[in-house]
Amino acid sequence: MKHLLSTADLTRADAIRILDTAAQMAATQSREIKKLPTLRGRTVVNLFFEDSTRTRISFETAAKRLSADVINFSAKGSSVSKGESLKDTALTLQAMGADAVVIRHQASGAPHTLAHAGWVEAAVVNAGDGMHQHPTQALLDAFTMRRHLVGRGAAGSAVVGDPTGQDLAGLRVAVVGDVLHSRVARSNVHLLHTLGAQVTLVAPPTLVPVGVETWPCDVSYHLDEVLAETAPDAVMMLRVQRERMSGSGAGGGAFFPNPLEYTRNFGLDGRRLALLPDHTIVMHPGPMNRGLEISAEAADSPRAVIVEQVANGVAVRMAVLYLLLAGDASKERAGLE
Amino acid sequence: MSEQTTNPTYVLQGAAPLGADPVDLVLARGVITEVRAANSPVGDDETVVDATGLVALPGLVDLHTHLREPGREDAETIVSGTRAAAVGGFTAVHAMANTTPVADTAGVVEQVWRIGRDAGWVDVHPVGAVSVGLDGHQLAEIGAMADSAARVRVFSDDGRCVWDPILMRRALEYVKAFDGVVAQHAQEPRLTEGAQMNEGVVSAELGLAGWPAVAEEAIIARDVLLAEHVGSRLHVCHLSTAGSVEIIRWAKGRGIDVTAEVTPHHLVLTDELARDYDPTFKVNPPLRTAADVEAVRQGLADGTIDIVATDHAPHTREDKDCEWAAAAFGMTGLETALSVVQQTMVDTGRMTWADVARVLSAAPARIGRIDQGPTAQGRPLEVGEPANVVLVDPAARRVVDGRTQATASTNTPFHGRELPGRVVATFLRGRATVLAGAPVEQVVGVRS
Repeated sequence: MKHLLSTADLTRADAIRILDTAAQMAATQSREIKKLPTLRGRTVVNLFFEDSTRTRISFETAAKRLSADVINFSAKGSSVSKGESLKDTALTLQAMGADAVVIRHQASGAPHTLAHAGWVEAAVVNAGDGMHQHPTQALLDAFTMRRHLVGRGAAGSAVVGDPTGQDLAGLRVAVVGDVLHSRVARSNVHLLHTLGAQVTLVAPPTLVPVGVETWPCDVSYHLDEVLAETAPDAVMMLRVQRERMSGSGAGGGAFFPNPLEYTRNFGLDGRRLALLPDHTIVMHPGPMNRGLEISAEAADSPRAVIVEQVANGVAVRMAVLYLLLAGDASKERAGLE
Repeated sequence: MSEQTTNPTYVLQGAAPLGADPVDLVLARGVITEVRAANSPVGDDETVVDATGLVALPGLVDLHTHLREPGREDAETIVSGTRAAAVGGFTAVHAMANTTPVADTAGVVEQVWRIGRDAGWVDVHPVGAVSVGLDGHQLAEIGAMADSAARVRVFSDDGRCVWDPILMRRALEYVKAFDGVVAQHAQEPRLTEGAQMNEGVVSAELGLAGWPAVAEEAIIARDVLLAEHVGSRLHVCHLSTAGSVEIIRWAKGRGIDVTAEVTPHHLVLTDELARDYDPTFKVNPPLRTAADVEAVRQGLADGTIDIVATDHAPHTREDKDCEWAAAAFGMTGLETALSVVQQTMVDTGRMTWADVARVLSAAPARIGRIDQGPTAQGRPLEVGEPANVVLVDPAARRVVDGRTQATASTNTPFHGRELPGRVVATFLRGRATVLAGAPVEQVVGVRS
């Protein structure tokens, strides 16, 4: 594999190799000098057709900590907004000698097209495409889960051992919210399944895609039941986009009656938090709608690892860039060729 | 100068009409003048076309072609599109109305008709728009188009659905005055806002907005009931789902005057092809599931679906060389239609060559009401009938190459695939438009 486009492309060994590499990267980030010389002289382009300050900054930080040169190409104010095609943008980046292109695009499949149309030779990293995939988000989520939940004592002790080389076998994860439009959910379902976790998607039926029955996960329309009956080790809350409520977006019509009813049935609040086992962690890919899908009490509780997810995102993206760019030998070791 | 004096007398030696026992078909003065025993002696003034091993069919008739002219001559012109049609074995095409300007006036349809006639590759029968500008609000000048030199009988807003039930009712009623038909592009617009591909397992995984089968089926169900109520003739374009086949079957059982078409691509391709996000496979209605493919094959075999129509939809490179969501809907089909029908229906034993002649020639000509008069199409291969004939080599196999096709566009979904059958020759009223598989450029000004 030359690119990282979808978590569905990753084998268990690939995924563990990325997580282990990310752990090594994370260890370097507690040093006084955080910068590594690994990708000196290599150029990473952040090609963002969709606003995402957090993801771009995370990739930028990761690339810079590896000493790569970083070029940020934002669609806003660029020739893209003047009608330049993805193809011409890609040819431009190729001419400038990009070694890796990190692409965020509103169209599902745009990273796949960029990687396979023959326009660029660079490694392509999908930083989120439409409603399709956001693989580095799923990897940082898995990394965070592994860190907190793998290697705990059999008797439920809170002591966490070294999870290096381990997968997520036996973990139960609830992913709650707008699954239909969520690339985070799709990436997580594949990756968590590959790593041995059991995933339950929880959403109102309007926000579950037709065709979900083939996904390697369970689906429920009732959050309280899932929390009470499966005792999840991790609860991942998904962001609800404003246009899903008003019906102003494509697809027509609101997906639920109003925000109050959504929060009542699918919001993570103090009462639901109390239903969870003590070790359960609360996750959110951000940015949060406090008071809608997650209450302040839940977001700020000690079990919330939301801020840590952001930090882990840098380590995971360093690992991905390292494995894709730092020479063929390392790629082969990682099973990424 | 007339065809009668410029065209040689052709003897199609050893041709098998509709796959039956070989005969010699004699084409002269624009008609089939004789059917002789195979390999009979040939006169000095007769030109022999060796048709040994070839199947003879009546010239194919496409009820659904996008020729793109006027407006998008960068994708196709009437000349390039009709040349592609001839290469594919067609002798008549119906040119869809979604051009720029829209074919919603007598002026535009007459222009298309005249350019087609002057080009001489096939008969071009313009389809008139149902509504002004295809915008679904006000009836276009349907009567004027019907009375024009183009004698329009098929009306369609294809590309868009006549979604307003009252406009659809009025259109169905209005065309009764001249035995016209409304050809509906069945797509409920609210259920398909932003839709990119068939809604199902593959769309869920790819994160592409779904185009659900019900959006097609709901409109077909409504329209057959409307047609029954007002006693009109309805044609359903490019039916693509198993449910649609069921509804048409029910409607015909009830005696409703409805006909339906399926495209070659919906007979063979499925939504699995979207997995690589190659916009070549982006089409409207979208490629469906394997179960739908089986249902439309069954429907075609049992006569529920009346015809195969290409929905030939050429697009420029730039409209396909991009991300999926930004790409145009549509794929070309004129030069592969017969091969796909052979592969899916004949070689599988589900249809005979006589059935092929029915679904690709006689029935579409009848629906379009071009089966009578001096330029009749879709007629039997009998003495005295117009010499519209295509010779097919069913034993040939060929690898489709989008770059070498006669159409001006390259968006064939069959590029690189091997298909059975090859059109060897096409005759339009006795004049060869294709010989030895290649188009025959003709003297400018020769007209029928």
